[in-house]
Amino acid sequence: MKYIKFLIVGIFFGIVLVKSEAVSWYRIYEMFRFESFHMYGIIGTAVATGIILLLISKQLKIKNTEGGLMNVPAKEKGLVRYLLGGSLFGLGWALSGACPGPMYILVGTGVFTMLIVILAAVLGTYAYGVLKDKLPH
Amino acid sequence: MEYILNPWPWYVSGPLIAIIMFMLIYMGKTFGMSSNLRTFCTIVGAGKKTKFFDFDWKSQRWNLTVVLGAVIGGFIAHFLLSNPINIDLNPDTVERLSQLGFEDAGKSLLPAEIYSWDAVMSLKGLSILIIGGFLVGFGTRYAGGCTSGHAITGLSSLQKPSLIAVIGFFIGGLIMVHLIFPLIF
Repeated sequence: MKYIKFLIVGIFFGIVLVKSEAVSWYRIYEMFRFESFHMYGIIGTAVATGIILLLISKQLKIKNTEGGLMNVPAKEKGLVRYLLGGSLFGLGWALSGACPGPMYILVGTGVFTMLIVILAAVLGTYAYGVLKDKLPH
Repeated sequence: MEYILNPWPWYVSGPLIAIIMFMLIYMGKTFGMSSNLRTFCTIVGAGKKTKFFDFDWKSQRWNLTVVLGAVIGGFIAHFLLSNPINIDLNPDTVERLSQLGFEDAGKSLLPAEIYSWDAVMSLKGLSILIIGGFLVGFGTRYAGGCTSGHAITGLSSLQKPSLIAVIGFFIGGLIMVHLIFPLIF
């Protein structure tokens, strides 16, 4: 039962991303060609709303359902991993048109060939885990 | 009802995504979809040989549940909550895609030239999906997050590493679309 709330959030997430067309390969292509404001509008208003929500919750010291203060995990300091890892992800995102959220969502829309992309992404993550200590971070 | 069945404008979708992030943080968790790829590795036993995967995957069951919900949500939105309307792409984008060999741009969510079983049965088609997926899996873990973790959550909490990562996302995406696409399509 305690997982139902996560299921509901997931369902809501899937619906919003399909209805916004952010799961569309075409929208990602169009974004990287700077030929539409659509994706920038989505990300821009998401971040603006997110900043406001997080600031308000901090000001009001809103507690989360676990009883602690609301907390966003801090990313480690660094440069190389973010620039290099980010670029590799960007290459894959533009090619497959799907980042990790939409991958799952698109399976729900009936695109079963996406399972190949998901399997390859799991392999990519595994390769990173194996090579982690040899890579610059 | 028409408002729900038609595509949702960016100024509705964006804030809703922020609310999804906020709800997960309110539940004591965080918004990060690529982490699940690591969990899948652990579930199939990658933790026995590699330390990076040696953690209790059951602590991530909540996030796997979000994934399950996302699949269900995709089904509901696509089959029950959508008018069959083409994506309103920029005509220049459609024209450029047609030059690259993509017909019917915007008539479905994904191009049949990449995602149909016919396309997947060719070496080129299969390679595109495998290389694309591999780069997403490798890159997100290397960068420590994807669009949800860095672009939405990281930027919303004003974290510099996330800004650098998002700049990286665009470097990679621009190289792919402007330099590599003309070579492969």
